[in-house]
Amino acid sequence: MKRIVLSLLLGTALPALADRLPLPADTPASYPAECGSCHLAYPPALLAGGDWQRIMAGLDDHFATDTAVDTQKRQEITAFLERHAGNAGKLGNAGDPPRISTTARFVRKHREVPAKLWHDPRVKSAANCEACHRGATEGRYSEHDIAIPELKR
Amino acid sequence: MRVLPALCLLLVGTACHAEAPQQIIQTYAADAAARQPGFTPSAKRGETLFRQHFAHNDKMPACTSCHTDSPLNAGQHAVTGKAIRPLAVAVNGERFADPAKVEKWFGRNCKEVVGRACTPGEKADFVAYMSAVR
Repeated sequence: MKRIVLSLLLGTALPALADRLPLPADTPASYPAECGSCHLAYPPALLAGGDWQRIMAGLDDHFATDTAVDTQKRQEITAFLERHAGNAGKLGNAGDPPRISTTARFVRKHREVPAKLWHDPRVKSAANCEACHRGATEGRYSEHDIAIPELKR
Repeated sequence: MRVLPALCLLLVGTACHAEAPQQIIQTYAADAAARQPGFTPSAKRGETLFRQHFAHNDKMPACTSCHTDSPLNAGQHAVTGKAIRPLAVAVNGERFADPAKVEKWFGRNCKEVVGRACTPGEKADFVAYMSAVR
């Protein structure tokens, strides 16, 4: 009986856990300060370590913008991202340059989003997590808390 | 009596906060005056710079591309779509409060939008406009 209750509990808890991606407790202040102004300070688990390394090595041309930071901050942020990076096998290839939105995990999770909504003025780009995921800043990505009415479920 | 030092600290703290944009303007203005004797910051020139279109970046040709036509409004990043809090000190007291942060964003945004570094005079004018606009 205990085992059934436990598996039931796990069954309801696990999907909820997958929607929770808060920034880790050891996030350096430089991460949101340097990487969270133009876009959300993305959860490090959404890219593999090697991809974060490539991103951090190319900040002087980061999606056509010079976002270079000083050496100390770059090392601190890179170490943090690698420490909490996701599993490359589970995420899938992020492309070149690496993009979270290219990974198979991201594509699978967003397969119900109609193509035209990505370019909707309310959304603008796949980089804009908060446009739909109201709680993204706090790491909440539940599909039951979506700001776009057409996507409500 | 113990209240007095605390009160002083509080007052100094408040004064510092309100004066930060003015101090930032003064620092840039002094720098500008060293190159161009008689320079005084102008909010009007700052507004012109804010609205000017540059032929450098077609996704964001002007400050207004992300910050909208009014610094009193919240903006939106032209590429990523992220919300941007207003630039005007009148509606966002955190703006132009930290000289290092101000210099960092002039560095990034002038390079990206104007296509070159902004001069100390342009920075003084810009902050003057953002402090004055109501």
